[in-house]
Amino acid sequence: MTTRSSRIEHASGTAVPVRGDDIDTDRIIPARFLKTITFEGLEAHVFEDDRKQAAEHGTPHPFDVPAHQGAHVLVVQGNFGCGSSREHAPQAIARWGIQAIVGESFAEIFFGNSLMIGLPCVTASRADLEKLLTLAETQPTTVFDVDLASGQLRAGSLVVPVTMPDAAREALRTGNWDATGLLVDRYEEVERTAARLPYLSGFAS
Amino acid sequence: MARTLFQKVWDLHTVRMLPNGQTQLFIGLHLVHEVTSPQAFAELAERGWPVRRPDRTFATVDHIIPTAARVRPFADLMAESMTSALEANCRKYGIRLFDPSTGSQGIVHVIGPEQGLTQPGLTIACGDSHTSTHGAFGAIAFGIGTSQVRDVLASQCLALAPLKVRRIEVNGTLPEGVYAKDVILSIIGRLGVKGGTGYAYEYAGDTIARMSMDERMTICNMSIEGGARVGYVNPDETTFEFLRGRPYAPSGEAFDRACDWWRSLASDSDAEWDDVVRLDAAALAPTVTWGINPGQSVDVDGRLPKPAGSADAGVSEALEFMGFAAGQPIAGTRIDVAFIGSCTNGRLSDLREAARIVKGHRVAKHVRALVVPGSQSVAVAAEREGLDAVFRDAGFDWRGAGCSMCLAMNPDRLEGREVCASSSNRNFKGRQGSPTGRTLLMSPAMVAAAALAGEVVDVRSWSTEAPALAGV
Ligand code: SF4
Repeated sequence: MTTRSSRIEHASGTAVPVRGDDIDTDRIIPARFLKTITFEGLEAHVFEDDRKQAAEHGTPHPFDVPAHQGAHVLVVQGNFGCGSSREHAPQAIARWGIQAIVGESFAEIFFGNSLMIGLPCVTASRADLEKLLTLAETQPTTVFDVDLASGQLRAGSLVVPVTMPDAAREALRTGNWDATGLLVDRYEEVERTAARLPYLSGFAS
Repeated sequence: MARTLFQKVWDLHTVRMLPNGQTQLFIGLHLVHEVTSPQAFAELAERGWPVRRPDRTFATVDHIIPTAARVRPFADLMAESMTSALEANCRKYGIRLFDPSTGSQGIVHVIGPEQGLTQPGLTIACGDSHTSTHGAFGAIAFGIGTSQVRDVLASQCLALAPLKVRRIEVNGTLPEGVYAKDVILSIIGRLGVKGGTGYAYEYAGDTIARMSMDERMTICNMSIEGGARVGYVNPDETTFEFLRGRPYAPSGEAFDRACDWWRSLASDSDAEWDDVVRLDAAALAPTVTWGINPGQSVDVDGRLPKPAGSADAGVSEALEFMGFAAGQPIAGTRIDVAFIGSCTNGRLSDLREAARIVKGHRVAKHVRALVVPGSQSVAVAAEREGLDAVFRDAGFDWRGAGCSMCLAMNPDRLEGREVCASSSNRNFKGRQGSPTGRTLLMSPAMVAAAALAGEVVDVRSWSTEAPALAGV
């Protein structure tokens, strides 16, 4: 079996807080940066337009705040990553250095794309997130520790429960999040499934 | 046991349960385009894997393709290199590519159905979130990311968890001037942009049953804007008649056998849905988005909301970005650009409806207006009916097929703070190419009327207006 996954049990580091519901993938990585045939260098453009507009308003975007440089945990709010299926979005975030995202909820395709590259997206309650966002904003040196095994996030004196669907969590913890290896394995079973689909034989009988 | 279409198709395509609890699902049709595939092909080559089912894999160029001059090499070097990468990969692996030389190029979600590739009962995947469009035929169609594109190329399978099913019943007669686009914008407005997370949306009811395939595609297309990765309509005679005679549809007796099978896949009347929502079509009005996500919409005769404190941070942020005042009417909003096209509303019936409004009028002097057909076939059919002339005479640009200003990866884009009346599906900040550009989503007929008036107008009264108003 071919797999390049490693076990992912936890992520730890300082946090970068990004407030706002419904932050879409066009904002995470604007479409003009999708003109590429690799994912390399995308981190340079993560949130580019939001960052520029924030700078113009005189309030730097969290990704530009010096204290948040080198952060490994991204803290967000609801429906993060809605919009297009571009994997460029989690790729840009991960390549910037983020190893886990905690939010109130995630758009489904974004969640799946993140899982595919070994980037856990865990959910916490809105109230807990408010505390985590404030903590990251006011005490940016605080280390956030996301532990998938215990389902807890520890940051300073805070301990909050974080959740993730079981299958995704197991995939990360057992190192099976890169499912390609599993999928190409045992192709004869795939052929058995294909054999019962009448459209593959042109409805011949 | 009674089951929904989703459950039947899911079960039929299940290969096995994976050790991590996900389902290994066989993918019946894989559609590929130039933006989300290069990295997938590169990894495939790196790992030394073949494409398992090139016969079930089809490609086109749509996202970055210029819609004005199409001489190769493209002036945009990155567009050229992405296009050549796709061409090389298709040659290498024996994948059929619908490029402009075939006369069948177009937006991936327009050409799948056009070719008869999209059929009931299939699982369909494509590296694009609007793959939900294909659900209009009773297929289960997923938008996927690039790593999953690689998985499908390598194994013809995906590792997924099943979805719940929400039935959305739309009943009643749509009033004049109210379209499928208004139905789906209303659904999203009501259930929210994340209301569909974890669900497949099953659209049903007599309004949907009377709709053409084009209209059903418009609705399923925007399921993702409501957070639902999958949307579908149960297949019926309208579906079968659309498919009859298409290049990749079965023919002769095989077609009859196919119809029997397709019919058997529709949700059983006593199936259990995880949720049921009802909508009265007769109560709907032309709908326009005013904000920065597709759930932020109002009836054309309505007013923008007033944010009620900090709980409405999203409303305040949207009003600020759009430069609109709380409580202002949406009608009368001045526009700079009018865009008719996209996988939501770039098909022949959309162009016909827009042309009906435009005929004999002139685009307002300050408005830049363009029509981008969803595919080369749509363009040819429209030209045969003289629709291109109607648009050109009115002052619209008539373009080649592609995604164009829906996401502005080609040269068509907004400049600065321009406001665009658009028949596309996303009004996110920066979506149409200018980081500060503003998008108002609406039906193609409403875009046409806005182009003529130079501002957002109610197509219901516009269509009865005398031509004297033209050109103001
Ligand atoms: S028309 Fe727009 S939404 Fe549709 S596939 Fe193209 S870019 Fe995506």
